[in-house]
Amino acid sequence: MKKVITGNHAVSYGAQLARSQVIAAYPITPQTQIVELLSEFCASGKLNAKFIKVESEHSAMSACIAAAATGARTFTATSSQGLALMHEMLHWAAGARLPVVLANVNRAMGPGWSVWTDQNDSLSQRDLGWLQFYCESNQEVMDTVIQAFKIGEKVLLPVMVILDAFVLSHTSEPVDIPDQELVDRFLPLPPVNLPYKLDVEDPHAFGALTSPDHYYEIRFKIQKAQDEAVQVAKEVDEEFKNILGRGYGIVEPYRCDDAKLILVTSGTITGTARIVVDSERVKGRKVGLLKIRMFRPTPIKELREILPRAQKVVVIDRNISFGHSGVFCQEIKSALYGLPVQPTIFGFIIGIGGRDVTAQDIEEIVDYASKTEKPDSIILWRGVRL
Amino acid sequence: MKFEIPQKEYMYPGHVACPGCGGAYSMRMALKALGERTIIVIPACCWSIIDGPFPLHACKPPVFHTAFETAAIAASGIKAGLDIQGKTDITVMSWAGDGGTLDIGIQALSGAAERNDDFIYVCYDNEAYMNTGIQRSSATPWGAWTTTTPAETPKSEPKKNITEIMIAHRIPYAATTTLAYPDDMIRKFKKAKSIKGTKFIHIFAPCPTGWKMAPDLMVKICRLAVDSNVFPLYECEYGIHYTINHIPKKPIPVEEYLKPQGRFSHLTKAMIEHIQKSVNFEWELLKQRAGVS
Repeated sequence: MKKVITGNHAVSYGAQLARSQVIAAYPITPQTQIVELLSEFCASGKLNAKFIKVESEHSAMSACIAAAATGARTFTATSSQGLALMHEMLHWAAGARLPVVLANVNRAMGPGWSVWTDQNDSLSQRDLGWLQFYCESNQEVMDTVIQAFKIGEKVLLPVMVILDAFVLSHTSEPVDIPDQELVDRFLPLPPVNLPYKLDVEDPHAFGALTSPDHYYEIRFKIQKAQDEAVQVAKEVDEEFKNILGRGYGIVEPYRCDDAKLILVTSGTITGTARIVVDSERVKGRKVGLLKIRMFRPTPIKELREILPRAQKVVVIDRNISFGHSGVFCQEIKSALYGLPVQPTIFGFIIGIGGRDVTAQDIEEIVDYASKTEKPDSIILWRGVRL
Repeated sequence: MKFEIPQKEYMYPGHVACPGCGGAYSMRMALKALGERTIIVIPACCWSIIDGPFPLHACKPPVFHTAFETAAIAASGIKAGLDIQGKTDITVMSWAGDGGTLDIGIQALSGAAERNDDFIYVCYDNEAYMNTGIQRSSATPWGAWTTTTPAETPKSEPKKNITEIMIAHRIPYAATTTLAYPDDMIRKFKKAKSIKGTKFIHIFAPCPTGWKMAPDLMVKICRLAVDSNVFPLYECEYGIHYTINHIPKKPIPVEEYLKPQGRFSHLTKAMIEHIQKSVNFEWELLKQRAGVS
């Protein structure tokens, strides 16, 4: 059934179709509509779930972790300050190997208060063991939420599905909402099949004091699961495509085959960059686009295969790792390290705190990079008004 | 009246508590009352150690270790996870220290109590951060020495009254108990198990190490605390119906309770008098609430 819905409601439908069993959440703009609609689903019986209306995001994540440890399928949603407040427990979810799914609406961190989009909230949580997916459209948001449960439950890691504040969260687009029966064919019914769970018939202690003799290997295994998640995410996306007719890949190259310059984007900037690629092609410039959908694990193999086709790679970061540069740019440089042929990498920062990123901005970025042999700085700031 | 303590043990020898640990003994009694269809939540506290490092585990029921401030919400989450799977007969018990309850965990505890989530929350109160080496908490009593309230400037604020805070949430059941009265303790745990909603049990649990006291005084000091009205045994249903479970015929002076404990050895006569006055004042307040003259 096609419906015109916001990105937030696309998340809600995804969590409902995935048959979430325990939801714990706290209101925060611009996420709140996600859990409002889920509350309605629970109240009307459209979703058979326990909804714990907690007193903080820290408790939202803690409740999801504890419920997940019993084998329940769990979901929460947050944004910005809320995600930062969860930080301690985000570590815990990954360390406990529990496949909690979280939707984060990218919102800039205070101060000053901002409700508008940038990626610093979610990228600050990139080193914890969570998988991260950045979405371009509302359809992709809903589909990624459903996929997230399957991927997380296979590799036993929590998954963060990320969408831009307002540009997706509050913008309505047509979304195909699949029949429950199709989703049930794709995603096994809960409870989640955990190797160990909280069970009075099979009692264990979870998360006890762990000496240096054991701790190291537990962390090693998290990394192994991240490695495994690359292949799992591809396979799950393929299965999703077979059953539901849509697939996204972990990255999406667009007109990259003969490109001399490749733009690298994530989130909704991708949609704008697509238009620019097409118009640049009309002008005769061989521009391509690589959309990064899965950022953790980093699709290193794909980056190394696709990006060296071009002489120039232009990374557009809607985030800043203070004291260094844009996060995607750093990681792309790292991924390409050691290749015999290295493209020249331009790292642009743009749109921090929700400032609009227009097609004209991206055109000018392409124009600059096309005409410039090498960037004169590791950060190229776009649109700073001083 | 003869009171039988269940013979069956759900806590095994080999745990790593200090000698004379009130928290260890209290868990043993609590599990005797609750039985094995129980899941225990343990935030950062002495019990994070006592149950044993991985792969050891001293209790029969499953234990879910969790972050310091999450004892209550983890229990809410576990209960929700079990309920949605139809496993509705399992008792979930949070077992937290005074720091995890009165300080860092009070937000999540208050939230769970307001929602009346169905679990038993236990605060085993040894009146300081003992696991990190005896630092003051908001449960440390006025005048006590700790490593962050040295004898020259002992704690200058009274103990936070967590039981009254929980009673103010109008939860179905809140009670105080201590291990010198195992019959009282077991009865209160059984009662808590039989009630749906948030139950709060405040256990007076001495720490001989932190209280600078001989470990063999563990039971005696609990009895002195009750008989001096420093720690009255009472319970309250739905925030209204108070019952004082033990009214000393003639309360003993607080000095007898304070004397065996090195943490109070610096107290002057005037300070002891101040403590006696506060204890008398609090006891009268409690009696008024309970309608006892």
